[in-house]
Order: sequence, then structure tokens, then C-alpha cells
Amino acid sequence: MKIAVCVKEVPEGGSGRRIDPGTLRLDRSGEAALNAFDVNAVEEALRVKEASPESEVVVVSLGPARAADSLRKALAMGADRAVLVSDEAAAGSDLVATSRILATALEREGPDLVLFGQQSSDSDGAVLWAAVADRLRLPMISQAAELTVADGKATVKRQTEFGYDRIEAPLPAVVAVSDAINEPRYPSLKGIMGAKSKPQETLTVADLGLSAEDVGEGGSRTEVLALNEPPARAEGRKIEDDGTGAQQILDFLVTEKLV
Amino acid sequence: MSTLVFLEQHEGELQKGALGVLARAVSLGDDEVAGAILGAGASALAAEAGRHGATRVWVAEGEALEAPLPQPRVDVLAKIVEARSYDTVLFGGSVLAADVAAGLAARLDAGVNWDLVDLAREDGRLVGKRPALGDSVLVDVGWKGTPAIGIVRAGTFEPAGTVGEAEVVEAPAGLEDFSTVATMLEQAHEEQAGPSIEEADVIVAGGRGLGGPENFALVEELAKALGGAVAATRAVVDAGWYPYSAQVGQTGKSVSPRLYVACGISGAIQHKVGMQGSNVIVAINKDANAPIFEYSDLGVVGDLHQVVPKLTELVRAKRGAA
Repeated sequence: MKIAVCVKEVPEGGSGRRIDPGTLRLDRSGEAALNAFDVNAVEEALRVKEASPESEVVVVSLGPARAADSLRKALAMGADRAVLVSDEAAAGSDLVATSRILATALEREGPDLVLFGQQSSDSDGAVLWAAVADRLRLPMISQAAELTVADGKATVKRQTEFGYDRIEAPLPAVVAVSDAINEPRYPSLKGIMGAKSKPQETLTVADLGLSAEDVGEGGSRTEVLALNEPPARAEGRKIEDDGTGAQQILDFLVTEKLV
Repeated sequence: MSTLVFLEQHEGELQKGALGVLARAVSLGDDEVAGAILGAGASALAAEAGRHGATRVWVAEGEALEAPLPQPRVDVLAKIVEARSYDTVLFGGSVLAADVAAGLAARLDAGVNWDLVDLAREDGRLVGKRPALGDSVLVDVGWKGTPAIGIVRAGTFEPAGTVGEAEVVEAPAGLEDFSTVATMLEQAHEEQAGPSIEEADVIVAGGRGLGGPENFALVEELAKALGGAVAATRAVVDAGWYPYSAQVGQTGKSVSPRLYVACGISGAIQHKVGMQGSNVIVAINKDANAPIFEYSDLGVVGDLHQVVPKLTELVRAKRGAA
């Protein structure tokens, strides 16, 4: 079985993240790492592989050339191969353009199972899988808290606002996993050393048979218009509990007409 | 201009978030604001959608739309959008709606912006407001071409009642072969007896400061006294103290109740993004330096094991007397 995992390199979290006011794009020049939510997807792919030997795990990504370094973490964990689509023309791709690029790269691989992580920590996006699945014309299940792959089917326990559903789809299928699905392994020293000799392929947009208008800002259907300060919250009140804390909360709630 | 709103229903109930988006869409002043209700019992809900501002309601029922699965819904919405050339298609954020919206974007090669906290027409074009990078910046986002697809952050807009009546129209049929192969084996039903946290007016939330799962009883008692729902942080859900369905935050739900009482929650950014839309925030925490106090309307530095039960008693006495 061939399992493809879509992953992304993201800027390291914290206050260092910024949107470049000139390009209105996320500044990707600082420290970067594999999106933490995608590590759960890589882990799940490795578990599926361990349960069905003779399987192959390939990570597929769109990003700048240096994202190859982040992909190596997935290889160190145990993935077999990495495919990175990297092209200046693809910079600034929105969801619809990104889904076109990834779907084309995935078609080239023809996997039985495509996995995604729960969200990207930079754009807070949590929907890309649905667009990719539609382009691939494959069944899709998201928010997987548990995944079982057997007998040519994927069975998923899906988290929703209402509780847990159980959903089944025949392979090939697209599954987006939640970060509660597993505890990812740490790469072993042997894994880290071995990752350096695993195949890492870099493709251009042209290699995928796409033209420059299909990708980047030309292929995108959304745009960032302006950046603004978020609205400030009114200054709150902080008190030490001297035994009257509960009474003070009640008085406040009564004043606010909440009780 | 015309707008279509996906009116998500769950077991015969139109979801409050979707009706809130409908109300906002009506306020934009388009010539037509339509709703789409899909799944069992859709026709029966059309009149209610009319009373919430939709002038036209597309309905579709049938076996493929029975379970809350996204892909057949993409097929139907794509046909509706094509039939009437809607300029805008809006969704209230949810697990189901997000999957439908993104599938629709790919199908129609249309732009999708998510996590919107407001929508406006500026010089005739639709502009969305989206908080980004842990809500440290508010981004104005736009769309190139039509339809413009938007996913509104859960709990952003309140539904509004009108006296309107909707014209009910059967949605065009036609499902893709791959859309119906995923099947629901077992569908979730509401787990809690109380209101779901996204719909709740009052939320009492517990974090690691509770000290152990048994102390969630303190939170539950206060929630009951206030007539509210119980929520939990990622840390305590991961620890198995409380179910995921109650989780608020970046990887859980976003809520915006009138009152949010945070008990033993430090208030890291991952939690903040899920609840900062709350109207009034009250925090009880023994750590005076907890970030939650930076965005609380009233913060009490103290032992929640003392303060919370006392508050529950006071609220009960007050409500009993009222």
C-alpha cells in the first residue's frame, strides 16, 4: 500500500511571526519547522505501514526550497520518501491554488491513502483536504480521532461538535487526522542519520504539467487587502480573594445583568 | 448581488451559527439572500429559515443527504450556485461546514476565506475581516471572481427574526459517484444533557488548576446554577478529565457566550483564541500572573476550591430569591 502524507513547513511559533506589510504575505524568512499538526499525520501513516508491511510512506509538500530540511524530520521518523513542489511562481498560492498543486502531485503518486494533519499553525487553515479530495474525486473523512485501515477500507472515528461518528470509506481515500489521534514518536539517532540518504525529490510547477497562471497569485481566488490592529479590550479589574471574592463576582454579575 | 447561506441542520434543528450568518448576510443589503437546507426534514425547516430572513430556500432531501457527510452537500450546493449564479456563498464555521465550503471552492474554482469575524461591502465588493497569527493582527481579505466563499468563525453573529416568508425551491439533483461512497456507520448524537457549548449563553470552563477530574463537579455545579454549559481546556481533555466535545480553544471549539467563567485556566493563546469573543469574562486563578487576567473583565486571584462553591451557593440563593 502507498500512503501519502501532505505536510507543510511553517514559521516557528510565538511573537516572531509576522505578515510582511509590503507583500501582505507571511514572512517565511525566520526559523521554520514541520507543522506540528502534520507530525500526527506522519505518525499515523507510519502506524498504518507497520500494520501492513510492504507499504510505502511518501510525504508531499509545497513550499520554499529550504522546506526540504523540515521534510527530513518526517524521513527521520520513518517516512520513505519526500516530494517537494518548490517554485517561485507558486509563492502566494491560496487554498484553491494550493489544492490544485497538491492534487496534481498526488495524482502522479497514485496513493491508496492520503493523510492530512488537523490544521496549519501559520494560517490556521483546516480545510485543505476537502479541496484536494474534491479535485482527486476521492472520498474524504476529516477530524479523525481513530483510523483503522483494513480490507481495502478506511474506518474513522470522527470528532464533531456533537460527539463521535464512525465513518467508513473504500480506498483510495483522503483522511485528515486530529492531533488527539496519536502521540508522535521522536526520530531515533539511526533515523536521523538514515534520513540523509532517503530520496528527496524537488519538482517545479512545470514538472507537474501546470502553468504559471494556475498557481501563485494568478491561480488564487482570494487576496489580502489590508492589515489592521485588532480591537483592544477594555481594561479589566483584578482583585485578591480576601474571603469576599465570590460575593464580588456575584455583585459584578448582577451589575452586568448576567444573574 | 445575491448571497446563498448554507443553513446547517442537525437532526431537524437549524444551527444557530448558520442563522447568525444569515442575519448578517441580510444586513448587507443584497437583492436576494437565499438559504440551502439539506437532509431529512429540510422542507419542514424552510418556513423557519424564512422567518430568519431568507427570501428563497433551496431544499434537498434523499438518502445520500441523510447523514451529516460533506461530499454530497458539495454536489448539491454546486448545482444551486450554478443555477442562480450566486455572488457569495456563506457558511457558519463547523466541522461539517468547513469541509463542504472547501470542497465547493475546489469544485467551482472559487476563493474561500475562513475564520471570518465580520463581513462588509466596501465599494460594492465583499470584504472579510479575519484575525490571524493568534489574533495579533486583523486582516482584511477579499475575493477575486465569483462566487466568493466565506466561512464565519463559530458564534460570531446572532440570529435575527423577521416576519418574512421564503419561496421554497427544490434543489437541482445530481450526485458525483465519489461523493456517496463514504458511509456513516454510527452517527453521533448530542452527548451532554445540557446545551452545547457553542449555543450556550453562559459557559463555565475548567482547566488544570482544578487539580483533578473529580473537581469538575465544582464547575458543573456552578454551570447548573447559572443555567450554562461546561467547557474544558485542551490540557484537561488530553489528560482524560473531560470529553473533547467540551474543549474550547485553537483545536477545539470557538465560543462567544454572554458570560465565560474560567476556573483554574491560565489562558494561554491556544485557549484565548477559542473564547475571547465572549462578552464578559470572569477568571478565578491562584496565579496572579496568569495571562487570563490580561483579558478578563473581572479577575479573582484566589483558590478556586473556595471561591467556586461559594459563588455557586450565592448564585442559587440570588436566583431562588428572584
